[in-house]
Amino acid sequence: MQVTLKILRYDPNGAAKPHWQTYQVESEPMDRVLDLLHKIKYFQDGTLAFRRSCGHGICGSDAMLINGRNRLACKALVKDLGPSITVEPIRGLPVKKDLVVDMDPFFDAYRAVKPYLINDEPPPERERLQSPEDREIFDASTKCILCAACTTSCPVFWVNGTYVGPAAIVQAHRFIFDSRDRGARERFQALGASTGVWRCRTAYNCTEACPREIPVTQAIEEVKRAILFDKF
Amino acid sequence: MAHQHDVIVVGAGGSGLTSALYAAKGGADVAVVTKLYPTRSHTGAAQGGIGAALGNVEEDHWEWHMFDTIKGGDYLTDQDAAEIFAKEVIEAVIELEHMGLPFDRLPSGKIAQRRFGGHTKEYGKAAVHRAAHAADRTGHMILQTLYQQCVKHNLTFYNEFHVLDVILEDGVAKGLVAYELATGEIHTFKAKAIIIASGGYGRAWKVTSNAYTLTGDLQAILYRKGLPLEDMEFYQFHPTGLFPLGILLTEGARGEGGILRNDSGERFMERYAPTIKDLAPRDMVARAMYLEVREGRGVGPRKDHVLLDLTHLPPETIHKKLPDISEFAQIYLGVDPTKQPVPVMPTAHYAMGGIPTTLWGEVIADDSNTIIPGLYAAGEVACVSLHGANRLGTNSLGDLVVFGRRAGIAAAKFAKSAEFYDLSPEVSGPSRERVERLRNQSGKESVASLRTALQQTMQDYASVFRTEELLARGAEELKELFERYRYIGVQDKGERYNTELVEAIELGYLLEVSEATVHSALNRRESRGAHAREDYPERDDKNWLKHTLVFKQEGGKVCFRYKPVVLGKFEPKARTY
Repeated sequence: MQVTLKILRYDPNGAAKPHWQTYQVESEPMDRVLDLLHKIKYFQDGTLAFRRSCGHGICGSDAMLINGRNRLACKALVKDLGPSITVEPIRGLPVKKDLVVDMDPFFDAYRAVKPYLINDEPPPERERLQSPEDREIFDASTKCILCAACTTSCPVFWVNGTYVGPAAIVQAHRFIFDSRDRGARERFQALGASTGVWRCRTAYNCTEACPREIPVTQAIEEVKRAILFDKF
Repeated sequence: MAHQHDVIVVGAGGSGLTSALYAAKGGADVAVVTKLYPTRSHTGAAQGGIGAALGNVEEDHWEWHMFDTIKGGDYLTDQDAAEIFAKEVIEAVIELEHMGLPFDRLPSGKIAQRRFGGHTKEYGKAAVHRAAHAADRTGHMILQTLYQQCVKHNLTFYNEFHVLDVILEDGVAKGLVAYELATGEIHTFKAKAIIIASGGYGRAWKVTSNAYTLTGDLQAILYRKGLPLEDMEFYQFHPTGLFPLGILLTEGARGEGGILRNDSGERFMERYAPTIKDLAPRDMVARAMYLEVREGRGVGPRKDHVLLDLTHLPPETIHKKLPDISEFAQIYLGVDPTKQPVPVMPTAHYAMGGIPTTLWGEVIADDSNTIIPGLYAAGEVACVSLHGANRLGTNSLGDLVVFGRRAGIAAAKFAKSAEFYDLSPEVSGPSRERVERLRNQSGKESVASLRTALQQTMQDYASVFRTEELLARGAEELKELFERYRYIGVQDKGERYNTELVEAIELGYLLEVSEATVHSALNRRESRGAHAREDYPERDDKNWLKHTLVFKQEGGKVCFRYKPVVLGKFEPKARTY
């Protein structure tokens, strides 16, 4: 089948403003949008820029706004999108070229929540023990691949880029609710600040956007409650 | 632009980040140069687990793990490496847990373990629970945990920098030249020690589990300089690639009880490996699958694949322990593995061969183990040789942390007593020229078409089963592809985010590692591990119990030297399971 792909292109160093470019691509229903982007890049227009690596939804390189929703290009199939597909860069991060955005602000927010196990007690000789039930509590948050689909779908983040955003909060959740971690209070400084969790207006865009099916909004609510009731 | 760091690590996957952390711990100023963003590296795609004789589920010993690794490697494994590995991987797994890795747990609170191919108790009696896991995203959790530690320790990263050259003068490593994707700028890096940890080259084949970015860059850079690559004929095809895409479905699926079936529903592995059946090592399972298809027992309208059957497992096991691969089957094939068996065929997966190193990751320049001062390698890019002729499942993740750690420690120690060398301004000249030529030449060959041709060549002539005739044809076609590569052209002439240019450079690397692979395979006239020669079906210990070192001489001629296998307490025996 013929698919029409409309791609928002932009080179901030060039003369042209952001503009739509349309491509016709022969494709199969089971093709991924990533396959179509490759077909364009390889056989029609080598100047199209986008990121990708693993090609099956694990590395988090290719989050894009596809038919109005944030998705990974390697997990979005033609059969689910129809013959007319629009592709734009994810929103709220500066566009570097075409579908490539500056990920540094995203990773700065990640770093702000101290995304690592904090526990100064000397570890035992063998593993720290953790019950399967305690392990289960933060299971969903460990699936995060840092693709930024959630953060860049958040209307609060679009308006105010200083908001740490859903992805950073999911990362914080992953540690706050890990029975081995002792760093909740340290993290609450960043999370309780005016740029932290209270910015969230529960729009649920993040949950819908997450390609890993993490209940992002629920994780944010759990962090809010932990701060509010001084759970740690 | 010029930079300098005591230790520079190339690659931000499992071995790169581990070695960076350990080099930093050793007091060195460390930087990581990676062609991706951190956490995008392909360690994150590893699924099933990391094998270590923790003995959490049942009795286990490092000696058993050592034996399995050697037997799995068809006795080409260096036994000193296997011993160090089997011992040190236990503490490495404990250390990952201490770093925060969220392993699955047993009711006792200890790390959970599952069965995996070729891992046995009492030297082959039955499958053993050895693979420590976090659902089917163990690699993802290792990569995330290691990066978290890098954030904690505030390591320096150069993201989206493509290494173009390793500066070696007078037999000493002095620095790197790299291309910055964001600007097109060429950078030079001075370093006292360099650790190469840039991963494998699965993209040489048409059907692969590997990321688009795994193109053998650093193997090729050293090979072009006349340095050897070791055991390149041994390339692993993972049995259960999602058919026809090649996306990995973990061996852990069979570890949890999954069964491979042919067109009549027969559990065919019973015929090939009566003791451990579906949990035989990957080389044997991959061959069995090919034979089933070849003998007309394949599935589907073209009878060109087999089935991975999980339908007898409780749906809860699949949802809890194998959530990601269930999703892959669902998304990419529309198959629900709790209800239908999943079409599978082998997929190009892992290089046992690579840059030869000592047990401390020091890169070796020849067959008398001459070390290149300041140059280290670890992980899939390296060949230590732990995996011999065939790697066991889970041993790649163990390799990353055990030998990544050793390379990091050794590099930091070396850097302490070393000085920076002055680099002449011309040092980046050849790289700059190469980039400019590729960008500006208006050749008629397209990168994509040439790469497709290369991948088809490797698929047809250098995959699971090999013969003299096939490999010789492959070598001939490669020669033509090298010639055509001289005439490639890119459309994108821009400086910024020129990913087309980068792919043209990467294609050049793929050609080199493919050449090393095909010629090494042509040269080795025996069958051992993953290298199955139908014209030489037997293992030949008398003539071939030795490591291949393949060199590219000036003028492009390929030649060979050999290195003895480090033997030890496990005498080479016939390999049955």
